[in-house]
Amino acid sequence: MKGLLEKIADCVEFGKINKNAPYPPDMKDQDGADELTKQALDQGIDANEILRNGLVKGMEKIGIKFRENKVFVPQVLMSAKAMSTAMEHLKPFFQSGYVKRKGTFIIGTVAGDLHDIGKNLVAMMIEGNGWEVIDLGTDVKSEKFFETVKSCAGCHVGLSALLTTTMVNMEKIVRELKSEIPGSKILIGGAPVNEEFRAKIGADFYSPDPQGAVEYLNNLIA
Amino acid sequence: MKYKSLVINSADKLIFGTAPYPVTTRRGLILGGGHVYPEINFTIPPMEVNEKVITELVSYYKSIVTDILERALHLNSKGLIIEFEPLIEMTKFPEIGIQLVKAMNEVCENYFQVRGLKSELRLTPNDLREFDKPPRQRTSAYLEPMIELFERGAIAGGDLLSIESTGGKELSDDAIMMCDIKKFIFSQAVLGVRDIKMLWSKIVKIAAKTGRIPGGDTACGFANTAMILAERKYIPKIFAAIARIATIVRTLAAIEVGATGPDKDCGYEGPFLKAITGIPISMEGKTAACAHLSPVGNIAAACADLWSNESVQNIKLLSGNAPVAYLEQLEYDTRIMNQAIEDGMETCLKLQELFVKSDSYYDPQALILAPENVIAISAEIVNGDNYVDATLRGCKKGLEIIENAQKEGLLKRDENEDIWMENIKAELYNIPDSEDKFIEDILPTIDHNKIILSEYGL
Repeated sequence: MKGLLEKIADCVEFGKINKNAPYPPDMKDQDGADELTKQALDQGIDANEILRNGLVKGMEKIGIKFRENKVFVPQVLMSAKAMSTAMEHLKPFFQSGYVKRKGTFIIGTVAGDLHDIGKNLVAMMIEGNGWEVIDLGTDVKSEKFFETVKSCAGCHVGLSALLTTTMVNMEKIVRELKSEIPGSKILIGGAPVNEEFRAKIGADFYSPDPQGAVEYLNNLIA
Repeated sequence: MKYKSLVINSADKLIFGTAPYPVTTRRGLILGGGHVYPEINFTIPPMEVNEKVITELVSYYKSIVTDILERALHLNSKGLIIEFEPLIEMTKFPEIGIQLVKAMNEVCENYFQVRGLKSELRLTPNDLREFDKPPRQRTSAYLEPMIELFERGAIAGGDLLSIESTGGKELSDDAIMMCDIKKFIFSQAVLGVRDIKMLWSKIVKIAAKTGRIPGGDTACGFANTAMILAERKYIPKIFAAIARIATIVRTLAAIEVGATGPDKDCGYEGPFLKAITGIPISMEGKTAACAHLSPVGNIAAACADLWSNESVQNIKLLSGNAPVAYLEQLEYDTRIMNQAIEDGMETCLKLQELFVKSDSYYDPQALILAPENVIAISAEIVNGDNYVDATLRGCKKGLEIIENAQKEGLLKRDENEDIWMENIKAELYNIPDSEDKFIEDILPTIDHNKIILSEYGL
């Protein structure tokens, strides 16, 4: 017999949002992350336990499956939806400060670039792993990054670019952010970017996939 | 819909190098007139682009084009197209783009006058409207520089006018990520068609006014996005294949309002457009691996009239600069096709068979591009009562072709994809074929913060 936290983790892993949700078909009519999280709180299970050993655990499992090409992005997105629905029940605990996220991650696609699919995926995976994510969107000017970074002590930053012409904007942002927030880590990603470019511009981490970014951030607080 | 029957109605007539309605350029290239020409495209390495560096840029572009044409001459090229796909700033500040077109055209003209080499420029301004959030497809201030580059760029020497338009992209990216075929079809058959008709009416007028050729559009930002994500195993290949079919009507709409071809290279809806309308098309395959990976490297050549490399950065390779090296690859690719044309239809069909057989059963995205499947899918599309119905018919036929190939054991099944095949099928058969009913059904489900419906006339 599975425990409640394990069932919550399953719901997140398989994207079962609530009882009425038709997806996934083989969990039809079963309670979802929504109902089970409420039940767990009603039974007095600690909110931190629910977050770490239920919700985040489920996201970790789907993240690994995704990296191993066993599932596709839409399945990961359904997991994220299940998690965010369940998180609504935990909101009061976050507001009171009883439950804390792992940290804050600011992400955006650099100025002149409108591509956002990869950036959205990274944002979703990091959020699903217990981080607060501030998504600044696409075509983000360097001023916007600074302004946001200044309001979030200890945050880390992710820069995305898909064009060879816009990746050059990363260099300027990295240089200025490094002087502004020396303790924060800057992650970069996107098709034209690579480890050599990361080293050249002085960013802290490059990952070709979302899971790499998640693991890097998690290691920072391990 | 304008087209009610196919201009090319049998697979053995859907062949490379020949289109029922060829297009003649001002320097005398007959595109689709019995010869396959290379279409070379290049981009510059990362650098700041602004009006202060126009002189430097002009000299840089002139030198690249000179190198390309010099190599083309050395290879006894019968002619080529050079695509100028500007960097964003070159459309935002159209004077930059115009000066570059002028400079490149001068080089082309010089090689034509002095050395007899025929080359033309395809001018493809960027669709800047995405920079508005949400995009303002009809009222955006960004339309002004786009149109200015089209018009003054055409006068400066851009012979073939094209664009990768973005109507519907506000919704299509999310639809691709969720593999939501219903929303994707809405983005193409409803939003895309409306936007293309508006935009291409303007481009066709500019072409008429300047004496240039209104080439065609491409669903690069839609079906190619899906293809690239499928190549990375982010989404199922079956979705990317059906999404490809779903883009056909939006690009067809450009031809309905006056685009004449050659259709642009970076979408693979070209073969369907050629079958439906008879226009010449540009395609890209294995020789575009410098720009993106694909599962259609050989089959893409099956009925190409121009053969493109998509884009390559001007970097130094062992042999020379990359655009020169890619021009050489395109020349050799097209030489084989042109030799087959010279040898006769039997040889052409044999070569086409090799292009097709070597790819078609490795991936559903390749399978739908086999000429007999292009004809079958296109025939369903022209039977549609409206753009939604046409798209549904085409997608259902494509799905049937893929399912049959899997049942016969010809196309390998990927177990991870089985559930998606079922989902997509169920969704397709759940969409009403009435456009009005479809719009009524879908509007409550879309995020209205992302889109301004009135910008599409809705």
